[in-house]
Amino acid sequence: MLARFWMACRVGGIALLLFAPITGLVLSGYRLEGHWQTPLLLAAVVTVGHFLFSVLLHHLGGLDRLGVGRAAALPAATIGLSAPKPVWIALLALLTLSLPLVLGKYGLSVAILALIYILLGLGLNIVVGLAGLLDLGFVAFYAVGAYTYALGYHYFHLSFWLALPLGALLAGLFGMVLGFPVLRLHGDYLAIVTLGFGEIIRLVLNNWVAVTGGPNGVSVAFPTLFGLEFSRKAKQGGIPIHEFFGIDYSANHRSLFLYFLLLGVVGLLILMVIRLKRMPIGRAWEALRENEVACRSLGIHHVTVKLSAFGLGAMVGGVGGVFFAALQGFVNPSSFTFFESAYILAIVVLGGMGSTSGVIAAALLLTVMPELLRDFSDYRVLSVGMAMVLMMVWRPRGLRQRRRPFFALPAEAAERVA
Amino acid sequence: MDIYIFGQQWVNGLVLGSTYGLIAVGYTMVYGIIGMINFAHGEIYMISAYLTAIFLALLGTFGLQSVPVVLVLVLLGTVLLTALYGWSVERIAYRPLRNSNRLAPLISAIGISLILQNYIRISQGARNQGVPPVIDGVWRIPANAVDQHFVQITHLQSLIVVTAFASMAVLTWIIHHTALGRACRATQQDRVMANLLGVDTDRIISVVFVMGAAMAAVAGMLVTLNYGSFDFYIGFLMGIKAFTAAVLGGIGSLPGAMLGGVVLGLAESFFAGFVNSDYKDVFAFSLLILFLIFRPSGFLGVPEVEKV
Repeated sequence: MLARFWMACRVGGIALLLFAPITGLVLSGYRLEGHWQTPLLLAAVVTVGHFLFSVLLHHLGGLDRLGVGRAAALPAATIGLSAPKPVWIALLALLTLSLPLVLGKYGLSVAILALIYILLGLGLNIVVGLAGLLDLGFVAFYAVGAYTYALGYHYFHLSFWLALPLGALLAGLFGMVLGFPVLRLHGDYLAIVTLGFGEIIRLVLNNWVAVTGGPNGVSVAFPTLFGLEFSRKAKQGGIPIHEFFGIDYSANHRSLFLYFLLLGVVGLLILMVIRLKRMPIGRAWEALRENEVACRSLGIHHVTVKLSAFGLGAMVGGVGGVFFAALQGFVNPSSFTFFESAYILAIVVLGGMGSTSGVIAAALLLTVMPELLRDFSDYRVLSVGMAMVLMMVWRPRGLRQRRRPFFALPAEAAERVA
Repeated sequence: MDIYIFGQQWVNGLVLGSTYGLIAVGYTMVYGIIGMINFAHGEIYMISAYLTAIFLALLGTFGLQSVPVVLVLVLLGTVLLTALYGWSVERIAYRPLRNSNRLAPLISAIGISLILQNYIRISQGARNQGVPPVIDGVWRIPANAVDQHFVQITHLQSLIVVTAFASMAVLTWIIHHTALGRACRATQQDRVMANLLGVDTDRIISVVFVMGAAMAAVAGMLVTLNYGSFDFYIGFLMGIKAFTAAVLGGIGSLPGAMLGGVVLGLAESFFAGFVNSDYKDVFAFSLLILFLIFRPSGFLGVPEVEKV
């Protein structure tokens, strides 16, 4: 006990050294303001926390009790793939379909944003979670999608419905062109190359003022439904939707339209990912993630398989971008910084890399929480970073343990083998 | 082409490149020893800029006047505390992940990078910070030049280049001629074998992080004194640039880091001077991507062999 106490004191001492100059002496012009309480308080928190944690761990019987190291254990059952019961799916569908009735205008816009992040998270999940390729420039494909719609509308009056497949194709093409030479390389290099690519795209969008409008951005028209517009008065010679159906005008209509459209797209993507996971290509993704050398020796062409995951992820990113442009009605390069990539990555990581339901939950958490906790917005990114580190140290496979198709011997057969 | 502008770009490139080289040391040594890209290294550099300004202001309140004494004290304080930050980051976020899959430390590093940025933003404020000019004075070549016909080197710029190369020399000497350096090289060659032969590899890995952070601190102090202004976001761009330098020189190679830094600095300043200054970052990133695709082992590195 005493040893633990001294250890905690040492940790606290180091914490005090680290915190003292940065939090205790705040720069103001060329002078300093002293805030001597802050580092003392922080160091005290670290000391007490470290002590309590180490004592608690000791008395609970080590880290095992907390679940560390459990990820490796095989689930004790026979062959199968666990699927949620139809009842739950029906309930979930009912909930998502009836949600707009409860939400106001503000709630609806948060829900749309959450759906976009779910879309992006699922897209990146194919790349990072399933295929194990760390993509730090996912925002580049998001930007390609958004700017396809924005510039397409600006120069050629491209409609939303055409921009949707075009943005996906273009983003996928960018992904393929970038991925083909890079995916032959070492895993970590991919992370850096994609990071550099993401920055290049943003810088070009920012500096090529003649075409992209630079930091001033481009404005986008709101999508139409079979030519029916969502504005109060028709602008492009069309008919507003409320006149067509003979109902009162409401600004909510356009949000409702985007919500249900996105819901459909996300639902389709989820179905697709579930099917892909069970198909040979999906198995190949996961197998490559676990052991590339073994896969190559078994005849899986690693570049093609990785490229399919990378391209598919990029396409989803592009679709997300088109929706983002439609939602905002305006795009500029400041929406596509590296931070956005890191945020989407955090969604995938907190969701437990590879788990579809986990990614959805994490996307909801990371978009709805900041809206609820507006007062603590300064600490939002800090806590996202902490959560990422904690997840990696504590449960690298995600909070919710993923179930993969597995095969285990029945008890008596296992005994006979032994 | 104006010979003086040409010469000026050489000077600018050399100054820029030697700071890139110093920061690249942290990337290249860590990559060499545990095969991991220390994504948070740029933030370590950013912290050293803040520490420099804080210590300068602190010594100012004590009324210390002598410039060399102030500089040495600030350098000592900045290097020691930044090294402590480097050590803590390794201890908290990377050591527990030593034997996990390759993605885990990288993701953890991105987490640390977000944490450090926002830690600084919350405690020191998001606004631009600055330091007062400490060293003035310039040399002009030729000395009696008229109009714009000269190459200008500030005293501080020459100090940057000299300090950068001197600290690289010291580090190289440590790696090649001391017991600690021998242990570092042994750990880099074969971690398991070095451990079996009595090298405390965990300690050596910590030492490497400390060395990398110390070099970044030297760079951070010099750049801060030179530009005079910084904010909590400078680590990101500087980090990628320094990583590019490490890749150019051949990742894992110590002289390569300095060579890559100087080459990148020169290439960038010539591109900015003669082609287009808006796209100089695009140029640097493109260089990074092209090198990773066509020559991942850089100028001085050895091609990586995949071990099973």
